[in-house]
Amino acid sequence: MARFLIRRIIIMIPLMLGITFISFIAMSLVPGNFITNLALDPHISPQVIKQMEAEFGLDQPLMVRYARWLWQVVHLNFGVSLAYRVNVTSLIASRAVNTVLLSLASVIFSWALAIPIGVIVAMRQNSALDRGLSFFSFLGMSVPAFFLAFLAMDFALWSGVFPVGGSFSPDYAALDAWSKVADRINHLILPTLVLGVSGVASLMRLMRSQILELKNSEFVRTARAKGLPERTVIYKHVLRNALNPFVTMAGYGLADLLGGAALVESVMNLQGLGLLLLNAVRSLDVPLVMGSVLMGTILLLLGNLLADIALVAVDPRVDFSTLASQ
Amino acid sequence: MSALPKPVAEPSATPPPQRGAAARLRRFVAGARLEWRRAPYTVRLSVSALLVFYLFAAASPIIAPYDPTQQYRNLPDCPPMRLHLAPPSQWSHGFFFAYPMTMTDAMARRFAEDRTRRTWVRLFHRGHLFTTDLPADPYFMLGSENLGRDLFSRIVYGARVSMCIGLVGVFISFSLGILVGAFSGLMGGMTDNLIMRWCEIEMSLPSFYFLLALAAVIPSGMSTVATFFMIVAIMAFISWAGFARVIRGMAAAVRSAPYVEAGRALGASRTRLLILHVIPTVLGFAAVNASLSIPGYILGESSLSLLGLGIQEPAASWGNLLSQAMDPQNIEHYPWVLIPGIFISLAVMAFNFLGDYLRDRLDPSNLN
Repeated sequence: MARFLIRRIIIMIPLMLGITFISFIAMSLVPGNFITNLALDPHISPQVIKQMEAEFGLDQPLMVRYARWLWQVVHLNFGVSLAYRVNVTSLIASRAVNTVLLSLASVIFSWALAIPIGVIVAMRQNSALDRGLSFFSFLGMSVPAFFLAFLAMDFALWSGVFPVGGSFSPDYAALDAWSKVADRINHLILPTLVLGVSGVASLMRLMRSQILELKNSEFVRTARAKGLPERTVIYKHVLRNALNPFVTMAGYGLADLLGGAALVESVMNLQGLGLLLLNAVRSLDVPLVMGSVLMGTILLLLGNLLADIALVAVDPRVDFSTLASQ
Repeated sequence: MSALPKPVAEPSATPPPQRGAAARLRRFVAGARLEWRRAPYTVRLSVSALLVFYLFAAASPIIAPYDPTQQYRNLPDCPPMRLHLAPPSQWSHGFFFAYPMTMTDAMARRFAEDRTRRTWVRLFHRGHLFTTDLPADPYFMLGSENLGRDLFSRIVYGARVSMCIGLVGVFISFSLGILVGAFSGLMGGMTDNLIMRWCEIEMSLPSFYFLLALAAVIPSGMSTVATFFMIVAIMAFISWAGFARVIRGMAAAVRSAPYVEAGRALGASRTRLLILHVIPTVLGFAAVNASLSIPGYILGESSLSLLGLGIQEPAASWGNLLSQAMDPQNIEHYPWVLIPGIFISLAVMAFNFLGDYLRDRLDPSNLN
């Protein structure tokens, strides 16, 4: 396991270098920089502008700026956000929590719904229920998350039951600890549903096809021949094997989940990593963009790593040496 | 002496294939009709919807009743108008009419039908599929947006961006993926290893975050066409790697297949093996994969445009038309701003149905 972990972490290094370098070049290709907007303000004198440029190092050539940034990052210092004037690390940490919470909640929601539905539908293949739900799963996979987010916002406005966007209420700071948790959860419900729908749809289809494939396999026939009750056959033998691709999917679906979360955050005004990145991109806040992209990459790679470890845990046919040789 | 009976030609079930372009065309049409008849209704509906959307894109000046940038300043956020069928006695004026809208409350943008007048909606008029006479009031089939531009016309023109982005994007990542993947699989060894490691790096990018960061490069003053190609290029750059990996796997599998061995034994060059033996083998799979990856491009473009980083006003795309819905107040008061989102969903759903069906249809394991 140690060798596997070390190998994976070594592979991550060139990846991070590549991603940050490309993003850095992209940001520097944009005409102007963060200061350009300030320079339009007549209240700020050209001396101050010059001074700020020197302070932020924006007067240096590209490679020097990248090298400086990298040197900082190696010392775990992500710099200071130009727009917020706050340490990027603390800013990202506070936002990443929200994104991770939202992603986790929607994964749990979609698994909790997709697995039982997938089993039920597969048991009644080609019934009206199966056909109806498979149409709905196509619908769920096709309606974009941002469109659902619009509908959810409208629903919140119309019903008044759920808060209209945001991560917490305006009076959040004044609440006691339990009310704070309740407030957070109340604000998470709609975004979780919105982000989870496509997951439910696609995982349900996956579950269905897995069960149908396994239902006629040899080991299931053996289990039936032993005289096991149908329930045990399905839940102990078929379901366990059908779950393996889910673990792999969880790792590789993470990129989509983060992307979807970014959009839902922007539409529903949730204080997550995606919205932070979007605003940073708009205002050319380079340290913040770089920090967020790096953070997104780390979240993704960590998720893939955890999924691989989980796969070893659930599937006895897979061990770390086979994973490492892939 | 009885003559041997003349050998009678066996009546064959299938006539020998005829040659010539006309016969080939006839066979193609017959095959297409057969395919159409055996396809389930969801697939037929999907194909029809896609045809309509691509017709929107190809013939937008004819299908759109108005210029998509024409602003009717006295009719901002006007609701969709109801179309009425005229009584037969008035058919000399036209078949359809709508009551023109007048603003009753400028603050809340409320409108009321003016029942005293009629706007005749004429079919095949002034070079449009349907439109109204110019000085008369416009007919907004799907309402208007906040600058008083006709939403339906903008959707029709927006189809150009939204429907083409998938085709162009898939074409780029498809060709890149096939070339690199087939090359890598055929070569094997160190080259293969290096290329695949690079693909893995690209595949583990947090694609949407990366897309956001890269979209910042697109200057806001760029022309719509240039912006379009920038977006396509960025998305294709992100997505070709996964494709190349699958193709590489297939190419590696056929590398030791007897027909490739035979080609190699006959002295065929690597390029020749690649083009004549490896690529045709993986093409069918690639086509299915391509049609399944088109929705990703449509969604990517609309997400970017929605956030204001993609196609810029006054040009229309389904994504930037939907950006008016970013304000929940707009959805509540002018629910028709959501209509472009329905078009996006329909297009994505149609591609999903089609791709899924093609995958099953072309899968050799269920030929029956």
